[in-house]
Amino acid sequence: MSEREEVVVMDAEDMRRAITRIAHEILERNKGARDLVVIGIQRRGVPVARRLALALSQIEGTGIPCGSIDITPFRDDIRPRPTTLTRSQSEVPFDINGKRVILVDEVIQTGRTVRAAMDAIMHIGRPACIQLAVLIDRGHRELPIRPDYVGKNLPTSRAEFVLVELMELEGRDRVVLRKPREAPAKLP
Amino acid sequence: MPHLLSATDMPVPAMLRRIRALDERLFPPTAQPLPISPRPSEMRSLVLLFYEPSTRTRAAFEQAAIMLELHPLVILTESASIQKGETLADTVRTLCAQGVAGIVIRHPVAGAAHAAARLSTVPILNAGDGAHEHPTQAMLDLYTLWVHFGMPDPNTRWLAGRKVAIVGDIAHSRVARSNLILLSQAGAEVWLCGPPTLLPPAPLPPARLTTCLQEALQDADAVMALRLQRERMEQGLLPSLNAYRRDYQIDARRLARAKPDCVVMHPGPLNRGIELSDEVADGAHSVILKQVRFGLATRCACLEYALGIG
Repeated sequence: MSEREEVVVMDAEDMRRAITRIAHEILERNKGARDLVVIGIQRRGVPVARRLALALSQIEGTGIPCGSIDITPFRDDIRPRPTTLTRSQSEVPFDINGKRVILVDEVIQTGRTVRAAMDAIMHIGRPACIQLAVLIDRGHRELPIRPDYVGKNLPTSRAEFVLVELMELEGRDRVVLRKPREAPAKLP
Repeated sequence: MPHLLSATDMPVPAMLRRIRALDERLFPPTAQPLPISPRPSEMRSLVLLFYEPSTRTRAAFEQAAIMLELHPLVILTESASIQKGETLADTVRTLCAQGVAGIVIRHPVAGAAHAAARLSTVPILNAGDGAHEHPTQAMLDLYTLWVHFGMPDPNTRWLAGRKVAIVGDIAHSRVARSNLILLSQAGAEVWLCGPPTLLPPAPLPPARLTTCLQEALQDADAVMALRLQRERMEQGLLPSLNAYRRDYQIDARRLARAKPDCVVMHPGPLNRGIELSDEVADGAHSVILKQVRFGLATRCACLEYALGIG
């Protein structure tokens, strides 16, 4: 495989600062940590959600429940829908009824994952509200979904890849923008 | 009268040397263990007042008492007047009136040993109070590290430049709290790691907090795994044991991030296959059984210090 051009758009320190800032924004918007719960979208949203939950609890001095949601049974691109066949691997060991859910993912693009995650959440309870926090917003939405908290807005072309590497999974924290293998042919 | 309620009460350098001397007598390379009591006493009683179940702490204190020629008097709450509604205060007053040499207390409420010490006319030793402190465990952990690092001068900050990761249910752990005191006193960089719901909800300086096990283990010189209590699942703080194992179990692959000579510790009792994988728990890095052994000399030294004998 040929080497592709890579640009590091966020390093470990940037990531830590972004999460800390988002935590402050969440507490400001929600006027504290009352009724807040954090739910990460499996798989890469989960480590980010954990870090965010820790940051929130450290700022407010109170424990913040943190769970994860498996969207597989709620995806719109698997046909026939295996809702009844796939056992959901969601791990939400607390009550979300009436809670303010902070839904966390690492990257938002089309918004389809988030839509599925909202379905998955509604499936287990009726939260007071759902707010969305993402590390990277790379654009190209296909659904009317907008994140409430964004680590970094990253304008991209659809041909580019955004890779969020996390200590928990890859052994380092950074976000890489990978250019397409061949530059798309330019119009004359 | 020196009580031993908190890790901050420990005369650390003297204690490390004394544990060393006692351990050598208790576990000589050959022959019979030497008696460690310098003088036969009049067989006074040491009360072990346990409001919570315990195996190793109780057994170690009981044996330590015998070695110091004290009569260990174990009071388990399920078989005592405490069942009839006697308060901790009255129990302590009663025991003091009977002229016991000292009282070792294990209690599920934080601050119980301190409350007992305010009423007691005899030395109180804290063998664990709620999620607060467990000073003798921290002392034996520190001793284990001291031996591992070649017994450096205990009056220096001999753990400076060393990274110690404590992993697991930090928020409810008295072991983590007492260890943090002694480890940071000796200069160690202490990392506390666990799922966000099991980390303390406020900073615990100078410790670093992280939800990422890989970050905590990176280049660590020592790792302490804490026991996971099953009731945390019922409290909604953890989805399942499997989820914990998947993300926070210390196994050989994850331990590879630590220094090659990293030691793995666990205060016990171990949930096999949960906090540590079997290959790590029984592997070359593990010093768990050494900790158990050092527990004996440590309790001897703690009793000597608090009771003013030896």
